[in-house]
Amino acid sequence: MARNTGGKAEAAIAEEAHTAAAAVAATATTAEAFENNPLRDPRDKRLPRVAGPCVLVLFGVTGDLAKRKLLPAIYDLGNRGLLPPGFSLVGFARRDWAHEDFAQVTYEAVKQYARTPFRDEVWKQICEGIHFCPGEFHDEGAFDVLAMMLKEIDETRGTGGNYAFYLSVPPKFFPTVVEQLKRTGLAQAPEGSWRRVVIEKPFGHDLKSAQELNAITSAVFPESSVFRIDHYLGKETVQNILALRFANTLYEPIWNRGYVDHVQITMAEDIGIGSRAGYYDGIGAARDVIQNHLLQLLALVAMEDPTSFDAHSLRREKEKVLKAVRLPDDLGLGTTRGQYTAGWQGGESVIGYLEEQGIPADSMTDTYAAIRLEVANRRWAGVPFYLRAGKRLGRRVTEVAVVFERAPHLPFSKDDTEILGQNALVIRVQPDEGITVRFGSKVPGTAMEVRDVSMDFAYGESFMESSPEAYERLLLDVLIGDPPLFPHQREVELSWEILDPIEDYWATHGRPEGYPAGTWGPPSADAMLARDGRVWRRL
Amino acid sequence: MTSFNLTDTQASKISSTLTKLRHQMGAPAVGMVLTLVVVCDEAGQYDSVRAATDAAREHPSRILVVIGRDPNEPNRLDAELRVGESSPGEVVLLRLYGQLTKHAESVISPLLLTDTPVVVWWPGASPDVPAEDKVGKLASRRITDAHAARDSVKAITGRSGGYVPGDTDLAWTRLTTWRSLLAAAFDQNVGKVKKGIVEASRGHASAVLLASWLSERLGAPIQVGESSGPGLTAVRLTLASGGDLTLTRSDARLATLSRPGQPDRRVALARRPTSELIAEELRRLDPDEIYASALRHLANGTK
Repeated sequence: MARNTGGKAEAAIAEEAHTAAAAVAATATTAEAFENNPLRDPRDKRLPRVAGPCVLVLFGVTGDLAKRKLLPAIYDLGNRGLLPPGFSLVGFARRDWAHEDFAQVTYEAVKQYARTPFRDEVWKQICEGIHFCPGEFHDEGAFDVLAMMLKEIDETRGTGGNYAFYLSVPPKFFPTVVEQLKRTGLAQAPEGSWRRVVIEKPFGHDLKSAQELNAITSAVFPESSVFRIDHYLGKETVQNILALRFANTLYEPIWNRGYVDHVQITMAEDIGIGSRAGYYDGIGAARDVIQNHLLQLLALVAMEDPTSFDAHSLRREKEKVLKAVRLPDDLGLGTTRGQYTAGWQGGESVIGYLEEQGIPADSMTDTYAAIRLEVANRRWAGVPFYLRAGKRLGRRVTEVAVVFERAPHLPFSKDDTEILGQNALVIRVQPDEGITVRFGSKVPGTAMEVRDVSMDFAYGESFMESSPEAYERLLLDVLIGDPPLFPHQREVELSWEILDPIEDYWATHGRPEGYPAGTWGPPSADAMLARDGRVWRRL
Repeated sequence: MTSFNLTDTQASKISSTLTKLRHQMGAPAVGMVLTLVVVCDEAGQYDSVRAATDAAREHPSRILVVIGRDPNEPNRLDAELRVGESSPGEVVLLRLYGQLTKHAESVISPLLLTDTPVVVWWPGASPDVPAEDKVGKLASRRITDAHAARDSVKAITGRSGGYVPGDTDLAWTRLTTWRSLLAAAFDQNVGKVKKGIVEASRGHASAVLLASWLSERLGAPIQVGESSGPGLTAVRLTLASGGDLTLTRSDARLATLSRPGQPDRRVALARRPTSELIAEELRRLDPDEIYASALRHLANGTK
């Protein structure tokens, strides 16, 4: 698959230079912190990274994400002593609230969803910094009030003009909000302070819209100040992929086409679309999940070792892999999609996608998608990567399974190894985070019968009872200004370049195949693997 | 929680009983990451075991509690095994009688988990040189607690002499939250510090250690003052540029940070329970060089 990258390459180089300079500036703050701060020492590992004084401005505080994840994550950070003294939180929404009302909303969200136990003194610290700014996004007056409020907070709380703007709002509001931030001068950081903007997926619905969206933010904020949240990258297990691969000697020698037969990356959900009909219809599983989460997982599993773990090196290796991804020659045979129909899911009778509220009866949206990709480089040539994602499947599970070749020769009789499968290393992302290794073992008894067994490492068993939520880690990284866990715009665009041809093909070739809710996708998905002589893992 | 008592027993019997109990529960021991040996007396046993089991939630461990009983009785080893459904690890309480009280290591060494770190914690009285203690020798990490000593300041000052990399003291662990806040305050340019004072209740080992750390890092004389407590109450640093940077805490929960030209800010700074201190200790098992140099500075200063 040839890609037109001529003009883009130049732009990329120019931007590279810019981000490299920005990266120097960013790392300088960490190194400087050690240099200029007599109380810090790289050997002093007890002292956590604490963000500097700052304000987090949250747009869309009434949303589900804010209530379930963001507000509790802020409390959890405070509880772990990672928020700076003076940290302030400003909510912005179309509600006739006073500061106290927003504090009450936050309090309830924290009580209900925080991971760590509730402590009065931590709440008191956070509560003192909670402010609310009522208004609509197109209301200039409201943003003027916000600008004034932030100025006042700088004076009363000593936050030094450092603001992070979290846009937890639908993308259609981005232009308005970003424009308002520009107009009020809030996007412009005075000397010695910073301004950052945080955006959530979806980063567009195809390459073109992703570029348009980026044009909006990058017209106002430099790329180094834009933090794109893919909450999967904040998960401990996902970061552990890097540790597993690059801190051990055990796996690297076999991590290539010589030993790996194929890789399966799965994200299965047992729920339907729920109340997300407005967003989901016309988007579908591939755009919703494969474009970001699964391709990021693929990049982490397939990438070469980065020269270091700073943002620049890490992103560069991920980009290389994404650039090397090749689509199947025949998209009809190498991809498939489905749509759930009425059925039984986990003992419950559930309706089909087309019967869901707000879904047109002739919707072509895929609620299941599976694609076969290859990575064209020396390490992976000829090894298929099967990606699948779907709703209303048997159960909720996300995993990466690296399936190895069979032993080249088995010195046992055929009957003895009849039930022996292929060795596999499975990285379980959620739930029950951990790693499973599957290998053959002798069944006790007089016969030499070999059967598959699993060796299990459960993350929660060897380490913390509850590892930090992805959003805790990502919010902290935003406040500190540490970008390695956030995808760069180039990665976003490369992912769309992979997905766009598939979506184009689907748009002109028939309808998604139906599959009953509670099953593991349409028959065509099984047929796709069967053509290669493989089967999906039964999850 | 399944509990099992063995009287007049040996390490091998304890070991096989543990294996049997685990199999009955259907949970093999693969998840455990370290062995924590707690050396204490009967009176301190309950609180220490509680703290250790709480910490084991974060670090699933085999916890071996060594309780020395009457050395004049005939030699005997009693063991109480607890394998819990609620906690991921295992607890073995070992009660030693007679001559055996002097040879605890012979019981412990066969019960250590293979090829994983060993940590020894003395919640009460501790040996002068922990690394040369018979039990301490088995461990890569040795945790003492100066606050358990009658004269805790003398205890912490004396630690320097017997220090071996891998030693640590809970008087130091208690300071992490204070140090973290102070370091965060210094992330913004503060300039030179002329002098300072650390205030705490009388005879507070952590205060002495904090003053030593500050004085070494800042290159300025830091005094230790007395206050009515509880625990550490204040750090006041006089800046060369004029004004004071202070961190004060009067209620053991909420502190106030104030610095020249900036509004006062309140921040949570609660005293932490022992279980959290132990959990912090178990998080990093490499030698704590910063602690070592604070100790050295303290010993040199008081000579």
